Amino acid sequence: MAKQPKPEELAKVDYTPPMTAWMDTPAVLKPGNFCNAAKEKSLQLLDMPNPRTWSAKDDDWKLPDNWKEIVLEGLRERLDKYRSLRVFMDICVRCGACADKCHFFIGTGDPKNMPVLRAELLRSIYRKEFTTAGKILGRFAGAREMSLDVLKEWWYYFFQCTECRRCSVFCPYGIDQAEITMVGRELLNLLGLNIDWIMGPASACYHKGNHLGLEPHTFKSSIEFFLDDIEEITGIRPEPTFNRKGAEILFVTPSGDVFADPGTYTCMGYLLLFHELGLDYTWSTYASEGGNFGFFTSMDVAQKLNYKIYAEAKRLGVKWILGGECGHMWRVLNQYMDTWNGPADFLEVPTSPITGTRFDAAKSTKMIHIAEFTADLMRHGKLKLDPSRNDNKILTWHDSCNTARGMGFFEEPRYVLKKVVNNFYEMPENTIREKTFCCGSGSGLNASENMDIRLKGGLPRANAVKYVNEKFGVNFVGNICAIDRAALTTSIDYWAPGVRVTGLHELVGNALVMEGEKKRTSDLRGEPLPGCEAEE
Amino acid sequence: MGAIMSFVGVLALVLIAILGAKANLHLVFGVLFPYAAVLTLLIGLTVRVVRWAKSPVPFRIPTTCGQQKSLPWIKHSRIENPTTIWGVLVRMFFEVFLFRSLFRNTKIEMHKGPHLAQGSSKWLWMAGLAFHWSFLIILIRHLRFFTEEVPFAVSVTEYLDSFLQIGVPLLYMTDLVILGAITFLYFRRVIIPQVSYISLPADYFPLVLIFSIAGSGVLMRYFTKTHIVGVKAYTMSLVSLRPMMSMPEGVGTIFWVHLFLVCVLFVYFPWSKLVHMAGVFMSPTRNMANNSRIVRHVNPWQTKYKGRTYVDYENDFREKMISVGVPVEKQESESAEPAAEKE
Ligand code: HEM
Ligand code: SF4
Ligand code: SF4
Repeated sequence: MAKQPKPEELAKVDYTPPMTAWMDTPAVLKPGNFCNAAKEKSLQLLDMPNPRTWSAKDDDWKLPDNWKEIVLEGLRERLDKYRSLRVFMDICVRCGACADKCHFFIGTGDPKNMPVLRAELLRSIYRKEFTTAGKILGRFAGAREMSLDVLKEWWYYFFQCTECRRCSVFCPYGIDQAEITMVGRELLNLLGLNIDWIMGPASACYHKGNHLGLEPHTFKSSIEFFLDDIEEITGIRPEPTFNRKGAEILFVTPSGDVFADPGTYTCMGYLLLFHELGLDYTWSTYASEGGNFGFFTSMDVAQKLNYKIYAEAKRLGVKWILGGECGHMWRVLNQYMDTWNGPADFLEVPTSPITGTRFDAAKSTKMIHIAEFTADLMRHGKLKLDPSRNDNKILTWHDSCNTARGMGFFEEPRYVLKKVVNNFYEMPENTIREKTFCCGSGSGLNASENMDIRLKGGLPRANAVKYVNEKFGVNFVGNICAIDRAALTTSIDYWAPGVRVTGLHELVGNALVMEGEKKRTSDLRGEPLPGCEAEE
Repeated sequence: MGAIMSFVGVLALVLIAILGAKANLHLVFGVLFPYAAVLTLLIGLTVRVVRWAKSPVPFRIPTTCGQQKSLPWIKHSRIENPTTIWGVLVRMFFEVFLFRSLFRNTKIEMHKGPHLAQGSSKWLWMAGLAFHWSFLIILIRHLRFFTEEVPFAVSVTEYLDSFLQIGVPLLYMTDLVILGAITFLYFRRVIIPQVSYISLPADYFPLVLIFSIAGSGVLMRYFTKTHIVGVKAYTMSLVSLRPMMSMPEGVGTIFWVHLFLVCVLFVYFPWSKLVHMAGVFMSPTRNMANNSRIVRHVNPWQTKYKGRTYVDYENDFREKMISVGVPVEKQESESAEPAAEKE
């Protein structure tokens, strides 16, 4: 990876559009702004078209001869399948309200990163092929011919959109560029034009059960690995079970929690909580992934990857499913899972065995979010908590795009965090809740070869963090998303050094006073608790 | 380019109308065009709406802008994140009549530091609202030309619109507001670099066209004082499907221009971005309830997935599972027979 410029340098964004009209300005693929091409093997595993070794840097992308036909036919098919696409192709008035709402535009100044123009990249072809005005008036009506340059432009800019939906909040018609990007990526996938950072995890998940490609024995040992740490810190050794039939609850979380810091600390938090409750739950090595990189590929692959969750719940005979902290996972679970792979009529409406609360808001999907579950426990006073153990943390909260704008998950995590943390400050109003800024690396873009664009896209979020850091001394950003935990760590380290990233249940795990625990002196990271520094 | 071209285009249209008036082609400009335009508008809009409606809504994808419905003690945002049809209706009402989403508009400001600020920016919302409401009110006022007895609602609208009681004839506020708002929207498009960069000729044209329609209307009402009784006789003859064979005396050339431009707008409407008027009602991110965890949303083209199952998985990893004590369905690995999972 090339050395990154200084933050002050990278933040010098030039917002002046080029002199040439955008249709006359072909995309230049700048290194650092795009990802490595998907590998032949991943495509084969998932039975995707045109598997081959290729690179975006080469002139020849090794496309089938009739690629244009494939793309246009694919577009026609999707216009007939998605009203969203058809309506969004037709009704944009180019008012520009969405323009400076996209973190990639803010960070790069590249006009093609304005959501409206990102949409026009596809819309111009739609006009040419599918509208009378476009056919007759051509460029006057905003139409243009499909070409190889256009295809490359699509690839470049549809993989510079994190499908975060922020633009959709501000558009007077709710035009959602994420919808358009998703269709754009589906079309690219018809030609085998995906990126490795997405197809690698997606194919691993298909074959081995999770994005990281952990095979059953490794998945199990990764979790058991935490038990040693937990025992050392608390004196208690939880006993998680795997693929256990007859458990009451199946627990599914993104595999990043099992593998990568700081998600691992959140995972330790889950284990502590479930142990303290004596929850009758099981992990699954087969459905060992809550996230869904298929969702960044095509509806088809997404459905395939998501299939395992209900299938496994059925096989194990559990009553309901509990889901861990993840962003896009929850958009999928809320807006897609039941439609793809439901109905889950073999499950029961989730009911907390501790409080008896029935979660009617998940009456059909039978799956609830761990923050809902924990909030309910706290509301009923079922947990003994010592928030002072988190007193060395001054926290702010990052709402993840997908849970924010694809679900509306705002108060549950805030309720929980206020019970376990004493120092909490919100970021500025225009950067949180439904207006939250993307971490800059969502939708499968958190590779390392595209670090330049990730940091630029991460600027708006990180800048708001920096603001509360300077104003209130904030030193931790909390969130409920595995990708955030990985991506924010990088971008915040760059833009607002000194602030660290934590999951919600890491904080819960720290504050949880467990029966029979020893006097804790360090937190789940193994760092001294407030007041215990001297003892080290 | 588009900014100037649309002027030229509309100017050409005006010239055509003037030529028509001079040649007194009443049957074409006064009868054929208006009927054809109205038909095109109605049929065109129907075609568009039907075409949208024919594409299904496979997934429930509202953009949620408030707290979801979850635990009973957490305050649910019923309008910004509706779970019922009532919530959706209220949300849509705010979108359509108050441009709720546009009201959220902010503007970025990058300061040194770097420090990025999101300033409030309501100008577009104000101008947009002013333009659309004036347009609607003017449309309602025009109903007096198409009804024998002026409906009460129309008289009330006229009364309210002219409550300033200035001038003879009384000045309608919306006439000023619409011209002002369009001017603002036009210059905004020309001046803001980003907006100018995304603008197509098709974005300037309707603004200039509607400005010219409103402008010619204003000229007739306040300056050249067209023979209103004659106009009404003419419009009523169109409504009653017994069109006059010539324009009444005293109805001047400007009326021909006004009428012709309206015809152009009607014809243009269904094939342009102006269909956003109908499309906004069909936008899935706004007109759907966020209740997909409560009620299963059915996708008409969804196929059931039958593919890599647990059995396939276990067949691939059985030894490894057994080696670490993860329970398996089958103890020893038989040569993997094509096992299908029971549904
Ligand atoms: C349900 C009804 C409608 C809604 C919610 C709606 C909403 C909007 C919004 C939010 C904008 C963007 C703001 C702006 O640029 O002014 C806009 C633009 C526009 N609308 Fe509508 N509209 C509606 C009906 C109509 C109708 C009936 C017309 C008829 C001519 C129309 C003509 C236009 C034009 C010309 C623009 C472009 C303004 C520009 O270019 O800056 N709209 N509309
Ligand atoms: S806010 Fe909506 S209508 Fe306006 S330019 Fe963006 S996508 Fe188009
Ligand atoms: S979905 Fe997010 S990343 Fe994509 S265009 Fe909209 S604001 Fe930008």
